Amino acid sequence: MTALQVIFILVAAATLGAALMTVIVGNMIHAALWLIVSLFGIAVVYVLLNAGFLAVAQVVIYIGAIAILVIFAIMLTRSVAVDQGTQINSNWGWGAVLALALFGALVWVLSSWPGINTGAQALPVGQDTVLQLGEALLAPNQYLLVFEVASVLLLAALIGSIMIARVRKES
Amino acid sequence: MDPIVLLANWFEGVLVGWGAPPWAVNLILSVLGIALLCTVMLLIAIWCVWVERKVVARFQDRLGPNRIGPYGLFQPFTDIIKLLIKEDIEPKGIDKVPYNIAPILALATVLTLWAIIPLSPQVLGSDINVGVLFIVAIGAISTLGIIMAGWSCNNKFALLGALREVATMISYEVPMVIALMIPVILASSMGINKIVESQSPLPYIFVIPLAAVIFLICSQAELGRAPFDLSEAESEIVAGYHIEYSGMKFGMFYAGELLHAFTVGAIFSSLFLGGWSGPFVDRVPVLGVFYLFIKSLFIYWVIMWIKYTLPRLRIDHMLSFNWKFLTPLSLALLMVVAVLHKLLQNANPWVYILGMLVGNIAVGAIALAISRRQVKVERKEFQTNRSVARPPESSPTAPIPDSGGD
Repeated sequence: MTALQVIFILVAAATLGAALMTVIVGNMIHAALWLIVSLFGIAVVYVLLNAGFLAVAQVVIYIGAIAILVIFAIMLTRSVAVDQGTQINSNWGWGAVLALALFGALVWVLSSWPGINTGAQALPVGQDTVLQLGEALLAPNQYLLVFEVASVLLLAALIGSIMIARVRKES
Repeated sequence: MDPIVLLANWFEGVLVGWGAPPWAVNLILSVLGIALLCTVMLLIAIWCVWVERKVVARFQDRLGPNRIGPYGLFQPFTDIIKLLIKEDIEPKGIDKVPYNIAPILALATVLTLWAIIPLSPQVLGSDINVGVLFIVAIGAISTLGIIMAGWSCNNKFALLGALREVATMISYEVPMVIALMIPVILASSMGINKIVESQSPLPYIFVIPLAAVIFLICSQAELGRAPFDLSEAESEIVAGYHIEYSGMKFGMFYAGELLHAFTVGAIFSSLFLGGWSGPFVDRVPVLGVFYLFIKSLFIYWVIMWIKYTLPRLRIDHMLSFNWKFLTPLSLALLMVVAVLHKLLQNANPWVYILGMLVGNIAVGAIALAISRRQVKVERKEFQTNRSVARPPESSPTAPIPDSGGD
């Protein structure tokens, strides 16, 4: 086992453990903080994959924006952010069965895929991956349409939130 | 040859001579480098305490610390001894783990920023190709530290202070990120070292002065310094998110704040003042460290100058200044710079610089003209209903009308 694999297993275990804690803990703020640990673990996985841009974007978007938003939302809720009741409801058995079935199906699909045992290609040395990503996002024969549609969607969400938050002038 | 690089190479040779495997040599050198950089930065933070107190004293027509050591130079050490021997108080009802992690995050995020700032052409922690975005990401994590500090210590004032601070930080992050994009466009790279290298004929402050000003304003807000220090209000919420911290935990917030100001100076000088570049750097690279520190200290002084000169803004003024002035201005500037960059890309560098400069000044002048007109309208509005004691016409529970004038 190489050092990289050891690091990956440690990071993956931490990420999964933090994700588990997110759904287990009763205190909502603690759940949000565990979620941040889990998201940070994913950023570290990106770093291990040599995807520096994705890692930094993960931290900026998920920790800097979404997690902060989640914490704000929790603070604005009525209760003291502590859930007194039990964490599971009566359907937990079915949920567990479904989750296990999904996990089994994913393992089966991935193990029957021929590419599972081939290592990833080494990145070509001396090329700016960020530059390539940017060009791919804006090239008409690649992802330009998706990129523009996503930006229109975000703009619509922005306008929608302004419309909801706007104080209507009483006539 | 750079003495720091020379030393590292010599030590590497020694380790290899002892028969250490290459990965161990790498690991030891990295750990040593990190430890050295962090130690130097923390020592600078100690010295920043003295600089800050001396400079604020001068601005307020006082002498500042002057009893211990020459010019009061040893004052910060006595401060540290005081902080260290103070009782470490943990208030009742705190959330222990976040309460103790928050001061670590406050200082560690600032130290992490130094990982990507090139000290001299060869001495830099990590030349990642997303350096500019890294700065933004670390800013996001420091926001988290503030929220954790404010929430975990079970104090309403601390929470209010933290929410104000975070509101400032996440709103001023928007124009800051856009202003950061502008040197990235000019240098065609997000790596800080590449940006420093590409400021060859003139530093970017003379090419894109408006972006530099926007970045400085947003950094001031990000630092939570006056005129944006709303998390601090002596008469209502005391010192903001770190009221409940005492001893060295408070000291870590304090050191983090001071070091952050110096670090912002270093980032600003790397992005807009040419970083380590200066005369004779190509022959004596270690001079780069000296130039970077001189430039950073100058920006640190400018930050203090603004802080101790301007009064505190009201929160609605601060937010409307950001959303109604800085954000549209930075967006317009980004578009103008992008178009000018494409148009003048192949022109003579001096024509390019002149074009950029004219574009920046034009955008700034138009923005100022528009805001001056807006201010006139607002002023007229305020002059018409001056009476303060008149009861409101609407119901007494109606919300206070927004004075933003939109």
